[in-house]
Amino acid sequence: MSAILPPAERLWWKQPIDKLEFIWVAIAFVWSLVMFGMMIWWHIYGNQNLSNETYKTTKEMFAAKAQAVVDQYTVRTETDQQVPVVKPPAGSDIYLIGRLWAWWPIYELEQGKTYKLHLSAMDYMHGFSLQPQNINIQVHPNYEHVVKITPTQSGTYSIVCNEYCGIGHHTMVGRMYVK
Amino acid sequence: MATTYRICPRSGLQFDTEAEKLMRFHAVCGVLSLLVGGIMALGVILTRWPAVHLLSADVFYMVLTAHGIDMLIFWIIFFEMAVLIFASSTLLHCRLATPKLAWLSSWLMVLGAIMTNVAIFQGESSVMFTSYVPMQAKWHFYLGLILFAVGALLICFIFLGTLVVAKAEKTYEGSIPLVTFGALTACIIAIFTIASGAIILIPTFFWSIGYIREIDSLMYRVVWWGLGHSSQQINVSAHVAIWYAIAAIVFGAKPMSEKVSRTAYFLYILFLQLASAHHILSDPGMSSEWKIVNTSYFMYFAVLASMIHGMTVPGAIEQAQRLKGYNKGLFEWLRKAPWGNPAFSSMFLSLIGFGFLGGISGVMMGAEQLNMLIHNTIYVPGHFHATVVIGTTLAFMGLTYFLVPVLFKREVLFPGFAKIQPYLFGLAMYIVSLVMMGAGTLGVSRRHWDMAFAGAPMAYEWPGAAYLMMGLTGIFGVVAIVGGAGWILQIVLSIFFGKKLEEGEIRSTPIPLTLPPPAPAGAAHPPATPGTMVLALIFLTAFILYYFVNWKYLSSLWGLS
Repeated sequence: MSAILPPAERLWWKQPIDKLEFIWVAIAFVWSLVMFGMMIWWHIYGNQNLSNETYKTTKEMFAAKAQAVVDQYTVRTETDQQVPVVKPPAGSDIYLIGRLWAWWPIYELEQGKTYKLHLSAMDYMHGFSLQPQNINIQVHPNYEHVVKITPTQSGTYSIVCNEYCGIGHHTMVGRMYVK
Repeated sequence: MATTYRICPRSGLQFDTEAEKLMRFHAVCGVLSLLVGGIMALGVILTRWPAVHLLSADVFYMVLTAHGIDMLIFWIIFFEMAVLIFASSTLLHCRLATPKLAWLSSWLMVLGAIMTNVAIFQGESSVMFTSYVPMQAKWHFYLGLILFAVGALLICFIFLGTLVVAKAEKTYEGSIPLVTFGALTACIIAIFTIASGAIILIPTFFWSIGYIREIDSLMYRVVWWGLGHSSQQINVSAHVAIWYAIAAIVFGAKPMSEKVSRTAYFLYILFLQLASAHHILSDPGMSSEWKIVNTSYFMYFAVLASMIHGMTVPGAIEQAQRLKGYNKGLFEWLRKAPWGNPAFSSMFLSLIGFGFLGGISGVMMGAEQLNMLIHNTIYVPGHFHATVVIGTTLAFMGLTYFLVPVLFKREVLFPGFAKIQPYLFGLAMYIVSLVMMGAGTLGVSRRHWDMAFAGAPMAYEWPGAAYLMMGLTGIFGVVAIVGGAGWILQIVLSIFFGKKLEEGEIRSTPIPLTLPPPAPAGAAHPPATPGTMVLALIFLTAFILYYFVNWKYLSSLWGLS
């Protein structure tokens, strides 16, 4: 019963290490370094890295910027709530608002073009979960997160909220078109 | 204060009477929390099972909040306090430092636990385990957690004080046992954890009563996870210590190398606390450099430590079994293990499940870029049900089978059920974890009342496979709850109605621990452990495959930069 007793050898740190145990430690160490290197490698060669570009903002400032884009590029509205469908030029800045309990507005993007998507929340935190792509990003109030996105497949996408935001959380679903 | 010491006739362990009462108290409080958390689990699972969808949205979120806090904080920390007291006063054969203060702290923890539960069940504090700002709970939700934490912190200091007492009163020779060393690791991490909790929850409490205007949501997440994730690292240290303890108790296993196992624990002390970053990988505002260094525990040194423990624990068992003559082939030692002894089967299922399901998934989702695939999906609870339920809770359950006769001096009732309970509960949780991770890989959200999005103007439709996996989560979740409820019932009935066992000798002075005479030079080497090495290599293969499959999956997503 020696794991629950003091080590029998007083100088336990001078006892030799079992050979297989040592080999395993070496393998595990190398694997740890590989996994560490993998994240750095992906920053250099990978195409899916989350942007670090973030600004402090206020709800009013962010809402005003989103409104400006919506006013300029709205092509139609959808659903009973008259949610604007916005078709901005390729390469432009687009603003997505998360609030209780909707993502606003709907964007219509071009396949293969890159956009600067600005994310912020108006009240609680929300979770940007693009389906069925499965890209998930945390959205904070008072922070403006700028993510460059390049849609590679066309289709109709949904933006599910996956950060708990109160009783209507499950009704918070937005939309995005890629043509 | 004079105390007495009891020598347990079944285990040979020596208990300080005050310490023994405290351990029983904490074990009982832990099991009561588990009971409340378990009832809540039934509500959660029956609502997330799409075909049943039992509770209304407001009740579901309340029940989910209670489930998280009662399980992750109260059940586990109460039990860990018992482990700290055991690993100090019992294993070192000494008196517990300041028993009166220990009782005060224990009651503070109980008061805090009740206060937070009352706040939750009053219905206006459905803010989840994480209580992210700016969503606000009632003031007593936060105050209860603070009181509980203060109590736990005091017991951590009493544990350290007891180590000092043992050293000063020379109740042992040489170094502290490995299990005590593991408990010391848990204690050090606990102090860091509770300090993080205090730093964020105290201002949040003042915010809830109107003395502070605003708490920054990102700051809250970064600091809160110093509590939320690190508290789970206390569990890792504690349940690994329990693995070593059960291997020692059941097999008389001796650690393969004290040096390696202790170094691995030391790596935990140095690096485990960085894990707060795991939750911030898909957040704005923190740099990639910060994310990579922290999420990997600075080059995966804590993962390395867990991989070491994962090999040395079964390795120690293999050595002990081979010394007993179970030498045929690679795996006779494992085949002839006492699979009907619930302490062993719980421990072994805990070890395998923690490594294969919890460990591999945890490292995958902890890679900076891969995290985007599963952030806030039900993959996350899938992962931590493998670490916390299979890893920690199952290990604690296994230890309890040993503690009922030793600490409560009662025979365990229903030994037939005890034989199957670890499999019923453990294997059902294996499946629950797996199918939750499967549904999460398809994107299904965690903390979500209705995957059909009833009432949403632009509802999304999940693929049929997602519904299938959530259905399986429901079915096997119920099986696991039956296994857990059976365990609670069995333990509680045994404590009250089990056959009374002999108490053993009561003494007024402790018998100090002495070292055996040193082994003669040229003594036989312990046997090699090829079976364990094969298991370890199977693990490594699964790990590498799964890791790179997910990078492949990531590479198919839209371009992000």
